[in-house]
Amino acid sequence: MAGKNELTFVKGNEAIAMGALDAGCLCFFGYPITPQNDIPEYMSKAIYEVGGEFVQAESEVAAANMLLGAGACGVRAMTSSSSPGMSLKQEAISYMAGSDIPAVIVNVSRGGPGLGDIGPSQGDYFQSTRGGGHGDYRLLVLAPSSAQEAYDMTHKAFDLAFAYRSPVLILGDAIVGQMKEPIRRRQGTTAASNEGAQWRLEGTAAGLKPGKKPREHRILKSLFLSDGELAGQNQKLQAKYEAWKDLVEFETFEVKDAELVVVAFGSIGRIAKNAVRALRKKGKKVGLFRPKTLYPFPEKALAKLAKEGKRFLTIEHNLGQMVEDVRLSVRKHADSELFCVYPGNMPSPDDFEAPILRALGRK
Amino acid sequence: MAKAKSAAKAAPAPKAGAPKAAVKKTAAKKTAASKVAPAPKKTVAKAAENEELVFTRPAALADRATHYCPGCHHGIAHRMVAELLDEMDLAGRTVAASAIGCSVFLYNYIKVDTVESPHGRAPAVATGIKRARGDKFVFTYQGDGDLASIGMAEIMHAANRGERITVVFVNNTVYGMTGGQMAPTTLIGQKTTTCPGGRCKDREGAPIRMAEIIAQLGGTAFCARGSLDSVKNIRQAKKYMRQAFEAQTKGLGFGFVELLSGCPTNWRLSPVAANKRITDEMIPYFPLGVYKELEGDATCGSLIAPGTAAGGAGEGK
Amino acid sequence: MSRIVVTEERCKGCLLCTTVCPVSIIRQSERINQQGYKVAEVGADDMGKCTGCTSCATICPDMAIEVWRTKKSKKAA
Repeated sequence: MAGKNELTFVKGNEAIAMGALDAGCLCFFGYPITPQNDIPEYMSKAIYEVGGEFVQAESEVAAANMLLGAGACGVRAMTSSSSPGMSLKQEAISYMAGSDIPAVIVNVSRGGPGLGDIGPSQGDYFQSTRGGGHGDYRLLVLAPSSAQEAYDMTHKAFDLAFAYRSPVLILGDAIVGQMKEPIRRRQGTTAASNEGAQWRLEGTAAGLKPGKKPREHRILKSLFLSDGELAGQNQKLQAKYEAWKDLVEFETFEVKDAELVVVAFGSIGRIAKNAVRALRKKGKKVGLFRPKTLYPFPEKALAKLAKEGKRFLTIEHNLGQMVEDVRLSVRKHADSELFCVYPGNMPSPDDFEAPILRALGRK
Repeated sequence: MAKAKSAAKAAPAPKAGAPKAAVKKTAAKKTAASKVAPAPKKTVAKAAENEELVFTRPAALADRATHYCPGCHHGIAHRMVAELLDEMDLAGRTVAASAIGCSVFLYNYIKVDTVESPHGRAPAVATGIKRARGDKFVFTYQGDGDLASIGMAEIMHAANRGERITVVFVNNTVYGMTGGQMAPTTLIGQKTTTCPGGRCKDREGAPIRMAEIIAQLGGTAFCARGSLDSVKNIRQAKKYMRQAFEAQTKGLGFGFVELLSGCPTNWRLSPVAANKRITDEMIPYFPLGVYKELEGDATCGSLIAPGTAAGGAGEGK
Repeated sequence: MSRIVVTEERCKGCLLCTTVCPVSIIRQSERINQQGYKVAEVGADDMGKCTGCTSCATICPDMAIEVWRTKKSKKAA
């Protein structure tokens, strides 16, 4: 391991694994699927070095349910997958959201629908930001655009998951996951020994001196059949999601005097930034807005830019998903154009210059 | 087939002395359940001279009426789980994974920390619990629709990995909670709401014998099938359950016990006739006995240091 | 003398207990409990025959029967 302030040269996927380990992750449940295999491969050795446990599950379904079990014990745990596998994990994610069980889930997404391809894609934006499984719930969704961000966001995801007792999703893609970059690791875990002490499952006599009367047994569940009980639980969830609005994060670049703001997230956000930089050099008044939290979505910040009279172009690696959130955010003052990158293609900044100029030219 | 040689120490009924009776009274006052349905008055409860209470509610079993139908065997299975948790002094360090089906409300009756699992996934959830907290006693309680159909992958792989967990499998040949539909265990010719003409082997396949399958898997340390249709079988079943619990507490591997059970409501039979059906029709197809019994220590030679294999990630935090 | 105590509010009238009593003293009463079930009972005259074998309690799915047994002076019960 690199010492303090030393740089480590790793793949984004490895950075995710390192972020988890440095945050105190003690259980990892994996299943092979491209392009996220570096994560379980790294974990299958490294997690034992910190006294943790690794299981290669029989399926993504099982891996996510193992995560549910570990999370119910108040232990920092993670699973990772890629798009088709994420569909299978949704069952347990819905149960975890409904039962207030913290966990971190990583989606190094790939092209879809169906088996799709193994290349980069942002086709899982809807699935990620709308809950993903059945029922009325949301996930906190963090979208890294670099290996360092993948590390930092994964690290932070554990704190958020336990602070809010909720599953937290890291939405990366094949570009972020496979790209090799230097990262700086943090020292020391943020996991607290009394984490979840008020709700975690550990046996009714845990922590009691022998002979003391056991406490009432604890139940973590999402089944609420009595009159009004489920409504109460869903209101509690809603309040939690409201509170998340303070956690919103985004990056802006050259937006101050921009006439056109490009909105893009993840690896596409990073590529678009280079396109914006190149166009600035040519004197074009364009800027970039990159949401780092996809849920909560930075709607207020976008609305403010719209009020200032800016116009918008959303660039996504899909047929147009985040653009709906952008349009909702700016709807009082503006609209957003859309440029789609199709899965199977690895875009370069040059690919974005023409569509940005077209959007800038249209009044 | 039936070996059952380690004649379990405990008598079939818990030997309840004065202390247990005392625990029971305080527990009755405390539970939330007792607020809803106050513990009913007993006509004669005072002990006379030289009389002892030889059969009473185990402390781990909540003092409340169950939602189960008359003659349903879940109540017997629940009681035996609770008795063993008491007798083996496990309740205080137990984390259970409940399943989907009639027994989804397990946590209302057995007073241990419990997480609700999605349908069929309890062995995966229990795996997560045990890996996270290896110092805990972990069990699942699943029906045949849950375990032998939708949860087939999870149960087989948990058994094959030799997870140090115990699975109590209640086989009543139907999906009880949803109204008596055909299960993988439904007998040939048995009529259900989704095979109204009777299960046909050519169309729906033959009933799955889980104990036989689980016994074949590498990580299984103990596997047996008991039945809840008679006093003798119930007592034997409890001995099996104890062995399945011990497979975990001794760190031997995966413990599995199948319990043939009655569902009078969905079988459209009286409770007495339902018990007779188990005797006459189920036991001949699902033979009772021990299917696997591992002795000694079974440690896997991997990266895991001895002790942590069943030790889990969490130390005593 | 051994005896059983039936918690009538817990009895669901399934009658499984009546089938396992070695001295056949458990029967269905005419009393209907709050749940609407005709509860099991042992007639006052018959209780003296109870052997304290716990069969009825063992097969009862509803924990509605407790069993008391007379301590024997010579050998363990």
